[in-house]
Amino acid sequence: MTSLVLVRRIAARPSIVFDALTTVDGVAAWWGPDDLPLVRAEIDARVGGAFRVRFRTLDGQEHEAFGEYLEVVRPERLAMSWRYAFGGEPEELGRTSRIEIALKPVDTGTELTFTHAELSNEASRMSHERGWTGSLAKLARLLANTGKGDSR
Amino acid sequence: MVNYQDRGLDRVFAALVDPTRRAILARLEREESLSISAIAAPFPIKLPAVMKHLDVLGDAGLVTRAKRGRTVDIRLSPAPLREATDWLRRYERFWSPALDRLAAYAEGREAEVGACEAQSGEAGKTGE
Repeated sequence: MTSLVLVRRIAARPSIVFDALTTVDGVAAWWGPDDLPLVRAEIDARVGGAFRVRFRTLDGQEHEAFGEYLEVVRPERLAMSWRYAFGGEPEELGRTSRIEIALKPVDTGTELTFTHAELSNEASRMSHERGWTGSLAKLARLLANTGKGDSR
Repeated sequence: MVNYQDRGLDRVFAALVDPTRRAILARLEREESLSISAIAAPFPIKLPAVMKHLDVLGDAGLVTRAKRGRTVDIRLSPAPLREATDWLRRYERFWSPALDRLAAYAEGREAEVGACEAQSGEAGKTGE
């Protein structure tokens, strides 16, 4: 299971957020872990279309991810397969994971739910189970607070 | 080596899937150490079922057991849990700043589009 879920509220209407996710101009503005320009981006945002994105991290390494759009429903939903051509986390090399993005209109604009799912083989087997991420984080926080021990 | 570590993580995540096992861990976090029957007490399940959960937690390295007289003390062993959260956080570190930049970009676009719409008056107010 091993999916990562992140939620953001964005002060922009869903169609604008959707286009930021599915156009080269948009993707170039935000993709990647560090604040560096993309090395290259190819995006064909329709079902069965491909994307390929190459980016550089601050340590100078280049990473390239590619995949296929599985669902494209403007301006609500986007799903794509995700695989590293090179770079990325070592245990993900040669594995395909899945990215799902859901956009929901809210008063202030859009609520974006980002899911990076199927991060390992074992994971996909149990991906129907949700919600443990929060529990895990909570437990980890509790554990971080102990460590000092003593007060029972 | 990577494989070995992967399998360890798989076990930890598999152990954490179950709410009873998560409840056991949360309780051990507060209590330092507990006997098996004390762990079983709050649950509506039978002792053998609790033992099975403890086996899963033990295999994942999340708890340790030590005999003390006629009882067995169970303790939390937090290291694998930290490893598991660190693993997840690497992905979070990747995506979280990216989504912040996405938000900033989309909000900039919204301001531009909004300004255009305001200029072209009520006629252009269809939203798209």
